[in-house]
Formats: sequence, C-alpha cells, structure tokens
Amino acid sequence: MSLFWFSLRMLRRDWRAGELRVLFVALLIAVASVSAVGFSADRVDRALHRQANELLGADALVVADHPLASGLLQRAHAAGLKSAKTLSFASMALAGDRNQLAEVKAVSEGYPLRGELRIAQEPFAPEQQVQTIPPPGTVWADARLLSQLALKVGDVITLGAAQLRVAAVLTHEPDRGGDLFSIGPRLLMNLHDVPATQLIQTGSRIRYRLLVAGDAQQVQNFRAAVTPLGPGEKLEGVEDARPEVRAALERAKRFLGLAALVSVLLAAVACAMSARRFTARHLDSCAIMRCLGARQSVITRIYLYQMLILGLIASLAGCAAGYAAQGVLTGLLGQLVAVQLPPPSLAPVLTGVATGLLTLLGFVVPPVLALKGVPTLRVLRREIGLPARGVSAYLFGAALFILLMLWQAGEVKLGLTLVASTAATLALLAAAAFALVRALTLMRGRVGVAWRFGLANIVRRASGSVAQILAIGLGLTALLLLTLVRGDLLASWQGSLPQDAPNRFVINIQPEQLGALRDFFARENMPPPDVYPMVRGRLVAVNGKSVAPASYADEGAARMIEREFNLSWMAQLPGDNRISAGRWWGDGASGEHALSVEEGIAKTLGIVLNDRLTYNVAGQEFTGVVTSLRKVEWDSFRVNFFVIAAPGTLEQYPASYITSFYLPDDRQPLLSALVKSFPNLTIIDVAAIMTQVRGIIERVTLAVEYIFIFTLAAGVMVLYAAIQSAQHERLHDGAMLRTLGASRWQLLSGVAAEFVVLGFLAGLVAAFAASATGYVLAERLFHLPYHFNPWLWLIGPGLGAVGVGVAGLLGSVPVLRHPPLHTLREV
Amino acid sequence: MQVEGLTRQVTGPEGVLLILQDVSFSVMPGEACAIIGASGSGKTTLLGLLAGLDVPSSGRVLLDGVDLFALNEDARAQLRGRMIGFVFQTFQLLPALTALENVMLPLELAGRSKEARDAAREVLERVGLGARLHHTPVQLSGGEQQRVAIARAFATRPKLLLADEPTGNLDQVTGERIIDLLFELNRAQHSTLLLVTHDEQLAQRCNRRLKLDAGRLVNQESQSKATLL
Repeated sequence: MSLFWFSLRMLRRDWRAGELRVLFVALLIAVASVSAVGFSADRVDRALHRQANELLGADALVVADHPLASGLLQRAHAAGLKSAKTLSFASMALAGDRNQLAEVKAVSEGYPLRGELRIAQEPFAPEQQVQTIPPPGTVWADARLLSQLALKVGDVITLGAAQLRVAAVLTHEPDRGGDLFSIGPRLLMNLHDVPATQLIQTGSRIRYRLLVAGDAQQVQNFRAAVTPLGPGEKLEGVEDARPEVRAALERAKRFLGLAALVSVLLAAVACAMSARRFTARHLDSCAIMRCLGARQSVITRIYLYQMLILGLIASLAGCAAGYAAQGVLTGLLGQLVAVQLPPPSLAPVLTGVATGLLTLLGFVVPPVLALKGVPTLRVLRREIGLPARGVSAYLFGAALFILLMLWQAGEVKLGLTLVASTAATLALLAAAAFALVRALTLMRGRVGVAWRFGLANIVRRASGSVAQILAIGLGLTALLLLTLVRGDLLASWQGSLPQDAPNRFVINIQPEQLGALRDFFARENMPPPDVYPMVRGRLVAVNGKSVAPASYADEGAARMIEREFNLSWMAQLPGDNRISAGRWWGDGASGEHALSVEEGIAKTLGIVLNDRLTYNVAGQEFTGVVTSLRKVEWDSFRVNFFVIAAPGTLEQYPASYITSFYLPDDRQPLLSALVKSFPNLTIIDVAAIMTQVRGIIERVTLAVEYIFIFTLAAGVMVLYAAIQSAQHERLHDGAMLRTLGASRWQLLSGVAAEFVVLGFLAGLVAAFAASATGYVLAERLFHLPYHFNPWLWLIGPGLGAVGVGVAGLLGSVPVLRHPPLHTLREV
Repeated sequence: MQVEGLTRQVTGPEGVLLILQDVSFSVMPGEACAIIGASGSGKTTLLGLLAGLDVPSSGRVLLDGVDLFALNEDARAQLRGRMIGFVFQTFQLLPALTALENVMLPLELAGRSKEARDAAREVLERVGLGARLHHTPVQLSGGEQQRVAIARAFATRPKLLLADEPTGNLDQVTGERIIDLLFELNRAQHSTLLLVTHDEQLAQRCNRRLKLDAGRLVNQESQSKATLL
C-alpha cells in the first residue's frame, strides 16, 4: 500500500472533521508574519543591490570631510573614467520673511553619472527626465522646501550671500538620502555658485564627493590607484552603496523579524496545543491500527506524511498571505530608497516555508509522533493512554526557537540576551499564572454552583490552564505595550523637557561675529546667548598608539573614529554636566592639556582616566590627558560636547562658535532678522527635528504595530486552540450536567465563569508584564521617570475577561444546542 | 494455539497482584472456544495476552508454532495482521473512515491495497451491509457497527478470530443475529474462534468453555456435540 496516499486520505478526513484547522491557521499566521517582513526587506534589499550604482549616482565615489586633492581627479581621468563633483551641507534658505534649514547639494556638470534627475515645472506636476544640472544662478528645490518657504518656480531664494532663482521642482535624484532619516528638504545648485554664497567657512560641516563611472576594469584600476586614502576620506563602491541605508534596513529587518518571532512563538503554542488534542483524539485509531497489524514505523510514517503535507500547504498559504501583507510594510520600508522597487525574490518563500516546517517539527511532530507508542492494549482497556512526557517533548522545539531567535537577532550577544530574558519572563509569568490558578482553589467554597463548576475546570486542567493564561496573557501584553505603555513613555519623555528648553541651535558662528551677535540678542531683548568655541578634530592616537576605524569591533566606535569630533574648551563645568571620575580643572587639577571626556563615549572607545588622546586638528596634532569623565544630560537640549579641553589647549586652532537658545513661538520673525544679519549662520530648529524624529518613530512603530496584528491573530489562535483543547471534556461534562437536570442558564454560567476567570487571570499577567516592560524601558533604556499607570491593571484584566469570556461562550454553543444523548454518544 | 503457564502480575499500592496465574491450555484449528468467568476474573487480560497486545510476567503462547513473546512488538503486530482477526465489545471502528474504508484498513496495512476494495465490498455485502458502504460509524446503528467490525475481522481471512464480549453492547435480538453471523463466517472460513463472554447461552454454542476464577483456569468443559447453529 502506498502509505503516502493513505496519509493523504486520512488528512482529508481529519480536515473535514475540523481536527486540523487551528494547526493550519496558526502555522499560516506564523509563516505570514515572517514572510511579510521577508518580502518587504527583500525588495528594498534587492533595490539596493540591483540598482546600487544608481543609488550611488556613480560606479564608485570618494567622500571626504575636506576638499579633495586634485590628484584624485587626475587619477580618475588617467583611468579613463567619467567624473563629477558634489558638495553637500546644511544651510538656511531664505525667502521673504520665511527661512528653512535645507540640505544643499552643489553639483558639477555631468552629475549624476548613473541614474537620472527628474524635475517638474510646479509641485506635483508631471515630472520629466533631464540630462542637465541647474544652470549657474539657478537652483532646483524639492516641493517640501518650496512649500515651507511659500515659493514658486521663478521666485528668488537667498542662500548665504547669494540670490538664486528657483528654476524647477526637483522630483527625483538617484543618490538622495533615505527620506526616513534625512532632516531637511533638498536644494540642488550648481557647484559654480558655491563661492558666491560665502557659506564655506571654518567649522562648516561639508561632505565633498568625487563621483566616477566607467567600465568595471577602469573602476577597479582607479580603486587600486587611490588606496590607501587619507584620513577622513572614504571610497564607496557599488558593493557598499549607501551603507547607512543598508545598516538602517538591516536594523529594521532584525527589529521586525524579532517582532514577527513573537507571532511565531504564539503560533507555536497554538500548534502545540492543537497537536496535543490531535494526538489525544487519535489514540484509539492508532491502537486499532496497531491491533490490526500496523508496525510502529507505519504509524510514524502515516502521521509524519500527514503533518508534512499539512505543514507545506500551510506554509505556502502563509507565504501567499505574507506576500499580500507585505505591501503596507514595503510602503514604510521603501522610503529608505528613492527608486522603483523590484518584485520580491523567492528567498523569503524559503525562509517562510522553513519557519513553518521548523515550527511543525519542533512543536507538532513530537507529540504526534508519540502516537506510535500507544499501547495496543488500549483497544481492550480504554483508560490506558500514552505515558506522560511533560515538557521534555518540547525541548527540541525550544532549541529550534532559540536558534531562530539567535538567527533573527543577527548577533550572539543580543540574541542570547533576548533568549535569556524571554525564558526568564516566561518562567516568571508561568509561576505567576500557576500561583493564580492555585489561589482559585481557595475560592471554590465561597461561590455558587455554576462558578464552582467553572473554577473547578480551571484547577482540574491546571497545566493546560497555565499555558492558556500565559498565551492569552502574551497577546494582551503586546496590545497593552503598543497602546498604553507607548503613550505613557512618549508623555513622560515630553514631560521631562523643561518648558524653556532651548529649541534652536545656531552653528557656524565666526569669531569676528561674536560681538555683533551679542548686540543683536540685546537689541531683540533676548537673554545673551552662551556661546561655546568649537574646533573640529579627528582622534588619531590613544596613548601613542594610532587608531583607525578598523581597530574597533564595535560599529559605533568605528564610526566615531571615522568622523571629526567637535572639541571645545571652557573654564567652568557646564551646569547640567556632572563629573563621574577624576576632577575638573577648576578644582585645582592641572589645566595644561587636560581633557574631560563624556563617560558614554569613553566607554564605547575604551578610554579611561589618564589616557593620552592625540587629535588631528586642521593638519596639526595635539595630545591631551584625560583628567575627568563627565555625565551629560543630553535630553536638556543645551549645547554639550563629548570632549572638552582645559583653557589654553585649543585656542590657537581655527574655531567656530555654537549656541542654543529658547525662542518663544511669538518671536519667530527674530529668526529671519538673524539670518539676514548673519547669512552664514545655520539655525537648527530642534523642535522641527524632534517632530521629524517622532515621525520616524511613528513609522517604525506603525511597522511594528502592523507586525503585531499577526501577533494578535496568533494570540486569537492560541485562545481558540485553548478552548478547543478541552472542548470534548467540556461537551461531555455539559451533556452530563444536562442529564442531571442543569438548566441552560446554569450551564452557560459555568462555561462563562471558566472563561471569564481565565481571561481575567491572563489580563492580570499581561498587566504585570506590560508594567514591568514599561518600567525597564523607561528607567533602563530611555532614562525617563516611570509613572505607574493604574489603567493597565483595569484594562488588562477587563479586556481579558470580556474578550475571552465572549470567545469561550461562542465556542461552547454546541454544548447547549445538541441534545445530551447525542453529545454523550459522539464524544 | 498452545498456552503454557501464562502468568500476569502487576505491582499496585497494595503490593503484587496476580491477575493470571499459571494458565495453560491449547486450542485446535477450527475449534470454537469460550472463555467465561465473572467480572475481574482475568478474561480480558488473557485475551490481551493471547493476541500479543500485552506481555506476560511469565509463560508463553505459541501460535502456529511461533512463540508470540519471542517476537518484538512490531513483529507481533505483523503477525496479528496476518493471522488474527478481532471483534470488540465497543466495535472499535475508526470514526473518520466509512464502513468500506474500515474494512479495507487491515488489508491495506498488510500490503494488499489492490484487492482491498473488492474484498472489503464482498465481505460487507455478505454481512448485509452492501447498501451502507459509505456510511461512517456514527451514521450506523450499534448492530450495524458490529457487523462492520465482523466484516473487518474476516476480511483478511484470519486463522484465529478473537472476540471480546461481542454482544455486550447490543440488545438481545441484535446480539443473537451478530452471533449467528460470527459463527457462520467462522465456519465458512475454517478459522479458530476464541471468544470472551459472560453470556452462558453464547458460551454454550462453543465446542469448549474455559472458566476463569480469580486468574486461575478452574474448569475446561468440552462438548462433543458442537452446537454451532
């Protein structure tokens, strides 16, 4: 006999009998959540790979924080490459009374070398592809900038000391930074117009780029010829195009992947529950088959085939659902890159199917395969069941899940932390649920018959009840976290800012402008600004040993070494700084070449007291000794520095100045006056940035919330599986009670009592978990004061009691509908 | 079938309990033999051991010269599939399968898929259920379910048929019809019948009666004149 076909027939019958639906839907949800994330990330990822040169605007480029040596350009020409230059910086753009910080990009003829520019004659009008750049004297601005400055095409815009005419609306540029992370609107100008703006001054933050394009060999030759590059210079090729986007995508992928794993975990619980039920319901059949001559291997194969076929179909259906669901996520992630996204590849299907089959293998197959061990004697003595296996049956599943988590987390440390905290949380919640179930015993004597029946049922199936409370509780926790706790955290964060916290930063102030700036503030009746000198320097050696980004394993540390630091000097410790180690030079410590380092960055870079740090400032090196570490309140929005030098250390280097101040809403016109008087200043609207950051957080939260829809669906499946798992006992008990004369109302109350109490307990567990998570997030991660929210403890149990109560009652309708004898015969 | 010194003991909270004690007897091919005794006398335990569904504490059962307990569990299952048919008090049909599929099952498990459908249909028609082939157990009456079970037991043409209280769940009239059917098929197929019952009337129809009392075989009555019909 072909066992496969036999299994298929059995599968069809079990499906018709409704035995496998929970299992199927739970698997489908798990796969859908994982593959939805997979499909979206895959599309963005493939856009990054396939259209890498378009995203770069070139085949390779050199980027630097200082003007590029002319030798580079000559090398490019010598290699036969096409080239173009760009220069980007942030600057205030003015029009009439309005001003706006814009991301300016000045480009030379030929830009972009790959990809295309598209412009329109007015915002949101049809766009057209162009082969040119803005002619000298003109700029192309994006629709956002035009709307913020109330400009239209043809109007004049002021940039620094230059007046430029807006010639078109910029709608597309290939190497645009992802919308998700860019701060200001875009202004594209001709490189020739830059000197006229007089914006390039000491301390200006400018990125200089040389773009090259040609055939692969030429590019390769160029790369070989220019390496190694000088400090502050970096070569980017198509393989590392847009590392920041790639890093952001990687982070988003991991984050969403982990969020998706929560659904997988819940779905696994639902699967395990329904697999147990399946096993229990097939004990008799297996015993009969054994009695009729089936070997153990035959039983194993019958059910293994059955489960694999089911798993495969559910996984493929899950992938289809994931594909349908990925549109929304892609909309959110796709804003990372400004290109047409390619259709997804088949890779996420493989991941999805693998997730489905692994879940099946870990949580469904072990209990189902235990069927082979059913004692054949059961045909004569029905009370003989399978030997109890407890949780050991799921060890394999747990191990698989841990591997999945490590894989999704992408790094061992984070993965292990997650695994450990998940295990600890689950153990804690299980203990709480167990204690609650035990506590019910005390109540049994004090309630009426219907409630006693309900409570007795929960206590009788104690381990099953704990699993149900835990699973439903997790679903509710997700819900509470995303609604109440998130709101609390945002409110707490906003509340932690003082009313008059500075909301504007002014940078690029030149030394000769300091007096005029003070006068300006005095004239405007504003408190005199606290200005701080700022010198840009790169850390090149620690204790005489030279450092390079490659010497740090930590990605953040490498980035800090790569870029220039803003160094400052001052005699007094800023009010919101606190010395955490060593002594400030004001307190009698030696001031000569002394440095004070912020403790966070010191930890990241492995810097300790008395280390000698060597900085390269404008081509010259100076060395200072770390005499103190400081704790800085970054949330104060005041000017703060990672590294401060004692007076007398940095004064001889070219410096610019920075200040921050609070601008009341009704004093907005002051800004225009300020920019008009000092065109080179860059004013950063912190409030606007905060809004932008919040926008990003909203988008990420939206993506996570979207993924949590799957979590919720998986939670519902757990609930359904939980109701179903004891359904036969419940039907039987119900029929018995009916036979003994229980009224419909008494039965209904008993069932309601059981589910309402289950839901209530799950809600308590959820409130506890959500409060604890909120506390950890607030105190540990965001360093915000934690406020106890009593609503969690009302809404959690309330929602649980009502939701689970209603669902349970709906699931128990057959008890009431069927005549008792019919039920007793069938069950 | 040869049974030698079969003993089954279990260890309970009150110490070792002897359920079967040194039971020996043999049954010749074609014989119909009833195992009788009060509730708790060890009838079902004995039947379970004779079918190799359970393992004795000591003693052995030889079936066609093969020592059942020298085989492992899987080999015993195969032997059952080849040689033994079962009829149970509670019918033990697979609820998800139709009558026809239930009868096909032992044939399919024995690797005889090709002939399974026709053979199953034939034997079902023989037990009078030709019109009920595609009904599932829940759609059949108790008597009909037991007829399906009998059809399933005889479908593989077993040498030995074991029946555990086959009329226990049926009313008297239906029960008698079922017994007639059982004996009729047994005779037609020349199989050996071993049935457990506490129905004296039913026991009287067998060639031989083995009486169990508190786990011991207390009496073996032979009947020279078999009342098979």
